[in-house]
Order: sequence, then structure tokens, then C-alpha cells
Amino acid sequence: MAHPTHAVEPTRRDFLFIATGAAAAVSGATLVWPFVQSLAPDAATVAAGAPVEVDLTPIAEGQIVKLFWRGKLIFVRNRTPAEIKAAEDVNVATLRDPQADAARVKAGHAQWLVVYGNCTHLGCVPLGHQGEYEGWFCPCHGSIFDTSGRVRGGPAPTNLPVPPYTFTSDTKIVIGQEATA
Amino acid sequence: MIKRTLLIAAALLGLSGPTLAAGETPIPPQLSWTFAGPFGTFDRAQLQRGFKVYREVCASCHSLSYVAFRNLAQPGGPEFSEAQVRALAAEYQIQDGPNDAGDMFERPGRPADRFPSPFPNENAAAAANGGKAPPDLSLMAKARTYERGFPWFIFDIFTQFAEAGPDYLHAVLIGYEEPPQGVQVPTGGHYNKYFPGHIIAMPKPLSDGQVEYPKDANGQAQAPETIDQYSRDVTAFLTWTAEPHFEARKRLGFQVMLVLLVLSVLLYFTKKKIWARVGGEVDGHATPPMTHNP
Amino acid sequence: MSHSTTYVPKSAFAKWFETRLPVAGLVHSSFIAFPVPRNLTYFWTFGAILVFMLAAQIVTGVFLAMYYTPNAAMAFQSVEHIMRDVNYGWLLRYLHANGASMFFIAVYIHIFRNFYYGSYKAPREVLYILGVVIFILMMATAFMGYVLPWGQMSFWGATVITNLFSAIPLVGDTIVSYLWGGYAVGNPTLNRFFSLHFLLPFMIAGVVILHVWALHVPGQNNPTGIPIKSGKDAVPFTPYATIKDVFAVVVFMLFFAWWVFYIPNYLGHADNYIPANPAVTPAHIVPEWYFLPFYAILRAIPDKLGGVIAMFSAIVIWVFMPWLDTSKVRSTAYRPLYKQFFWVFVAVCVLLGWLGAKPAEGYYTLAAQICTVYYFAHFLIVLPVLGFIERPLPLPNSILESVMGVQKVGAGMPAGAHAEPQSKG
Repeated sequence: MAHPTHAVEPTRRDFLFIATGAAAAVSGATLVWPFVQSLAPDAATVAAGAPVEVDLTPIAEGQIVKLFWRGKLIFVRNRTPAEIKAAEDVNVATLRDPQADAARVKAGHAQWLVVYGNCTHLGCVPLGHQGEYEGWFCPCHGSIFDTSGRVRGGPAPTNLPVPPYTFTSDTKIVIGQEATA
Repeated sequence: MIKRTLLIAAALLGLSGPTLAAGETPIPPQLSWTFAGPFGTFDRAQLQRGFKVYREVCASCHSLSYVAFRNLAQPGGPEFSEAQVRALAAEYQIQDGPNDAGDMFERPGRPADRFPSPFPNENAAAAANGGKAPPDLSLMAKARTYERGFPWFIFDIFTQFAEAGPDYLHAVLIGYEEPPQGVQVPTGGHYNKYFPGHIIAMPKPLSDGQVEYPKDANGQAQAPETIDQYSRDVTAFLTWTAEPHFEARKRLGFQVMLVLLVLSVLLYFTKKKIWARVGGEVDGHATPPMTHNP
Repeated sequence: MSHSTTYVPKSAFAKWFETRLPVAGLVHSSFIAFPVPRNLTYFWTFGAILVFMLAAQIVTGVFLAMYYTPNAAMAFQSVEHIMRDVNYGWLLRYLHANGASMFFIAVYIHIFRNFYYGSYKAPREVLYILGVVIFILMMATAFMGYVLPWGQMSFWGATVITNLFSAIPLVGDTIVSYLWGGYAVGNPTLNRFFSLHFLLPFMIAGVVILHVWALHVPGQNNPTGIPIKSGKDAVPFTPYATIKDVFAVVVFMLFFAWWVFYIPNYLGHADNYIPANPAVTPAHIVPEWYFLPFYAILRAIPDKLGGVIAMFSAIVIWVFMPWLDTSKVRSTAYRPLYKQFFWVFVAVCVLLGWLGAKPAEGYYTLAAQICTVYYFAHFLIVLPVLGFIERPLPLPNSILESVMGVQKVGAGMPAGAHAEPQSKG
């Protein structure tokens, strides 16, 4: 639009326009903040993430138990001596996500493996005691995990992660609580 | 029993007003609350005292089901410490379950739990209280009010008066008195000056010295241990439970108003500048021709 | 919307795109080059404010719907969950609840501006009737939205309003049970109200597009009521109307924020913080303030069917306004006699609103009846008769003359811009 007075004008006008535009842009951007924040886990969900105590005595040797913490699936596996040996005898350097079995269990409790129960590929639940290493096999896209929950084949990029947990006695663990002081 | 229940129910349903001829309900006294006005905030010590009154007096009949223990440690509330809240929660038994055997069980409370109700359900609460279940108190400060009337309801927009609910709660708590001559109080009812219809099912809940307040260094109670003070404190506490983000709301409000004010001033001058290109915006209000001509 | 030829695509891509979907040209002709009468007052910014409010309600509503549970057993609790636990949930809910009232404040100003300046008259009848349709959709949306928190007022408001339909002879009761999905207001009612409350705003948005389209055919009315005669009577929409609208929207936001942050429950009812209880009716059932005048008309008629008919007629009669008003002059500014009747009408509407909040007894009922009679008389007697007996003031020769005086001449639309919008169809 051409206008009679649309000539070069003093910078005061430019400054006013820039200041107004900038103020409007910043205010508009700030307006988005509460909407985006509301999408985050709400206060009740965050507070409900209390640690879960698990009694290990009913879990037989070789058995895998599923339970939930913070709405996420967790496997607790009572490993047989053969499974432990298989997990420990692997050359760590050959793994996709190199990690020693000892780093995935608590010292003195090699029998107990506690891992998150969702495949690190796209979140399906792998089937226990299946696959080439008889650890887990994911039916969705064929990821293979060994008896330490480490990825050994298929599209999964990393091992099944270990949640924070601690032994409060030889037969009790608390998931969601790290062994600190 | 049924007859008595019906009688009280009738009284509570507001049939009592004209039939009892008990006169007009007086306007609750207007108190000066710390949380009134655009910059109002809660007095933490008052909220903590109010919580103590709730816990030792109201909680035996009234639930507080929308409030969780963790809320007591949130900013903008009584702001107890996390440790205090953990210890407090553990004093309550919370029903949980079912466990692996399929049974419900009780365990000590955690901060994430809500306050347990004193009765298992509303029918039990009604049965134990003469046929009328004591209402939940979480939202009481917003769920009760009194008619402001003309012209006050217009002034309130400008003065931001929003404390009619708290004023009413306080008034009812201090409003118990002997019924005037000729007023029949039905069995199970109680005379209250400020309750609409005057006959309230709740017996007088507070008495002087009933709740012990924290002592200062001199061994003096932090606040007077009187019905009036208890009522103020528990009302302030219930105002907070009715809206735990009350302080955040007013704080954010001030920031938003400030930003919008600056923005509107900038826009006003920008608009003026732009309209100057076409000779400015002459008062465009339609006026018959010539009369507007300078 | 007229597709003017003044838009020239600058880049090769824009040119390529424009020949396939001429949306840029449409926006350019509707919101950039569109000629706007230069004498519009701030009363003409409420269209933009209403568009902003509709958008704000839809955005906050979509977010609230993510956290709300439309189930009779959980609705009240889920609203409290939003207020207490969802991050900024209290802000979303207060924006949405007060936003409804702000929407109605703006729409009532918009409607009465239209009444005052005769914007409903030819050639803008369709534009105006679309506006009435939007208003009716808004009322339905607001009513259903108020039911969702499932408090005492929600429940009893829903009961009372749906029972209006039981006044229809023969099929009334069947219609009501179909509205409820049961034999009383209950969970099915809440569920369908939620569904419709989500749907209707998008229907409103659709009718708003038609409303704006219909506006851009004859162009805007203005305080003088006389049409644009030359380019000097008008200024291009952008930047002149745009900057003015943006300024007005921000000032309106300031007003909005006052309610949201400082008196968020002023316009609500305390009873709605008590969960719905089908066994106890609140002492005073009062609809939201924006329904009060119509509610007063409903109660003024001492007959169930008659009251319902009167209430619906009070809105439907608006549709006939372009033909009930016989005056050739649009703007009330040039109608000295009608001006007085206009303000009496405004006072009657405000009075009806006040009476709607009062108990329906004694003098209140009598006053409501007098006001109701006047309300209809305004449309059925005042509007048709005044056109014949009134002597309007002389109209200015042009919009420019009305604002600048006869001698002064300012810069307006550049020469060549069309004075008659839509001249090219």
C-alpha cells in the first residue's frame, strides 16, 4: 500500500514499531508456556511415584515376575546358576551395549535380575525364556536379550535398563529407592 | 428417628426461614483477611494453626478428601517441612490393596495420600450424625457465601472483594447462641445467628481454650486461644484448601497485568502513529453534520 | 470473499501456489486491501475481540478436555484434579470459565452496536441472521459447558433447562427423556453434553466464517450508516483496522485478566462447588448472568408452555428485525426519537437481567411482566411505527465529511481502490 506520507521517517517511529512487535512476540510466546507445562506429568502422578517393596521369597528359581512402579513394567527374575554363568561368560567387548553382568545386579545378589520390562526398541513387552540366549525375545520386531537383559540381536539399540532399587534384606527389595546412606 | 431426621432435613432445606419467623439472617462481619486484595497472601503461622484446629476438632466428622498430605508442604500453603509431612502422613492409616492374596489392608499414610475420611461412606456419615452427613470441607470456602446485594455486588468487581465465603464460615462458627424468645429449636438442631434459617444440624464445635496453640519464647500462645481466633484460623486454612494455588494465581496475575499494560500502551502509540498517515483518527463517533465542525 | 486483483505474488513459488490455491489473494483482499470505513469507532473492534475469544475458548477447552473426565461419578473430582494437580490447570479452567462470560460481554456489546447503528438493515440481513445463529449456538454451548463440572448448579441447571422441552404438547416428555438418555439427568446426559460441548464451538467457527464472508460482500456499516462513496471514505484494512483491532484485543485481555486472576469465582455460583446431588435442590436456582434476561421472560409468563414460547421468541424475534424496522435511516445517531426508545430498550434488558436473578414472587414478577411486554413491544410496535412517524436528522454527504467537516480533506484509500467492495463479485 502506497501512502502519501510513507517516506523515510525518523528512527523514533521504527523504534516504536520494533518495541511493540517485540513486546507482542514475547508476550505471545509466554502465553504458550502454561499450555505446554500442563502437558507434563501432574503433581499427583509425580507424588504417587513412591517406592514399591517387593518380597522375593515367593519367586521360584527360574521364574520371572512382572510388577509395576510409576506405571512402568518391571521384570524381577530369579536366575538359575546356568543362566548366571551364561550371562557372566560373555565377552563384553562383543556386545552392542557393552556392560558386564556384575554391573547389572547388586553385589552378592547375582541371582536376582531386576530390569524394566519394555523393549528398548519401541516399547513392546519381550517374552521371557525365549530367543537364542533364553533371556527374552521381543515378538514385535525380533529383538533378542540374554539372561542379563542385554541386547544380543534385533533392532533394539540398548540393554533393558535397570531401575533404581535396593536390597533391604536378603529377601526384600525396594524399587524406586537407591541404596544410599 | 425417621421423624426427627425429616424435621431436621426440612429445617436444613430452607423451609425453616419464613415458617420459623426467626427474622432476617444478619450479614456476616467483614473481616480483614491477609489474603484479601491483589497482593494478598496467607499467613503461614495462621494456616498451621488452622490446620491444627481442623485436625483436632473438625476432622472427627468432616472429611477433607481433595487435599493430600503432600499439599501441606507445597509453596503457598501452610508450608510444613517435607519431614513434618512424612511424619504426619504416617500417623494416619490408609486403606490400600488388594494385595496378592486379594485382601484390602491398611498401611501408614504417605505424603501422596489424601486425607482419609472419618466415615467409610456418606450413608455411614449421615447415620452417625442424625441423618445429615457432615459436608466435605475441602471446598467449603468457595461453596458457601452470602448474598451481597445491590450495590455491593457491583463495587465488588472493582474492589476485588472475594472473601464473602470466608466471612460466612467464620460467622457461622462464632454464630452459636441461645435462641431468642419464642423460637422453637427442633431436636437435633442448634440455633445459629448467621446460618440461613438459623437452625443448623452441626452442634457448636468450638469452645475457648479447646485447641492448644504453639507457644513463643515467653511461653505465651502464638495467638489467643478463643473461639473467634480458632474460627479465623480454620477459615484461613479452609480458604487455602479450597484453592491451593491461590497465591500463585495472584502473583501471576500481577505479572500478566503488568505485561498487558505495557503492551497496550505500546500498541496505543503505534496505532496513533499509523493512523497519522491518513490525517489521524478524528473522533469517528457519528454526529450530525456540521455540529462537529470546528 | 471477493478476490481482488491487487494481490501480486512476489516469488515464483507464491505465483505457482497462487494459481493452484489462491488463498494468499483471498487473505489479501479480505484482510489487507479490504476497504474499511475510516470513521469506525471502538465498538467495531468487538468482531475481532469475539474471534479472539472463540479461539481462546477452543484452545483452553481442548486442553481442559485432556484432563477432564465426562463421567457422573468422576467429573467433579476431575475438575478439582485440574484445579489442584495439573500444572497451570487452575489457570486453564479459570480462563475457560471466565472466558465464557467475556465472550458474552463482547457479544452483547457487538449485538447492541448492531442495533444502534442499524447494521442489520439491507443489504446486511443475511450477515445479521448468521450472527443470530452464532448467538444461539453460543448459548447452547455455554449451557452445556456449565453442566460439565457436575456441581449442584450444573445438575439443577441441566434439569431445569431440559425440562423446558417437556412443555411441548404431546411429545414433550419423550423429547426430554431422549435429551437425558434416561429418566432423569444422569451420566448419559453428562456424556452427550460433553460431546456436544466439544462439537458446537467448531460449528460456531464455521458460521463465523460465513458471517465474515457475508460481511465482506456489502462491507462494514459505520456510525453514519451511509455507504462508502469514494476511496476517501475508506482506509485499507491493514494496517489501519488491524492495529486498532489488536490494540482493542489487548485492552480486552487486560479486562479479562482482572476476572481470571483476582475474582475468578465472581461470575460463578458457590453452589457449583458442591457436588451434584439429585436429592437436594439449591435454595436459589439461577442461570449464568448472560441468560438472566431470557430467564426473567420465561418466569414472567404464568404458564409453562407460554413461558417457554416467550423465552424462545425473545431471541427468534431478532431474526425479523430487518423487516420490522421500517426506517430508511440506519444509524440511530440521526434518529432523535428512536434514540430515546433505544436506550429505554437497553434499560429494559438490563432490568430483565436483574429480575432474572431475583426470586419470582410479588413485585419482581410484576416488574418482569411489564418488562417482557415492553421487550416485545419494542420489536412489534416501536420499530415498525417509528419508521413512519419519525423525522430523521439530515445525513452527511459522505463518511469523510462526517469526520473531517466539509472543507478539510485528508488522505484516504489510494485512488483506484474500489469504493464498492465486491463490485467484481
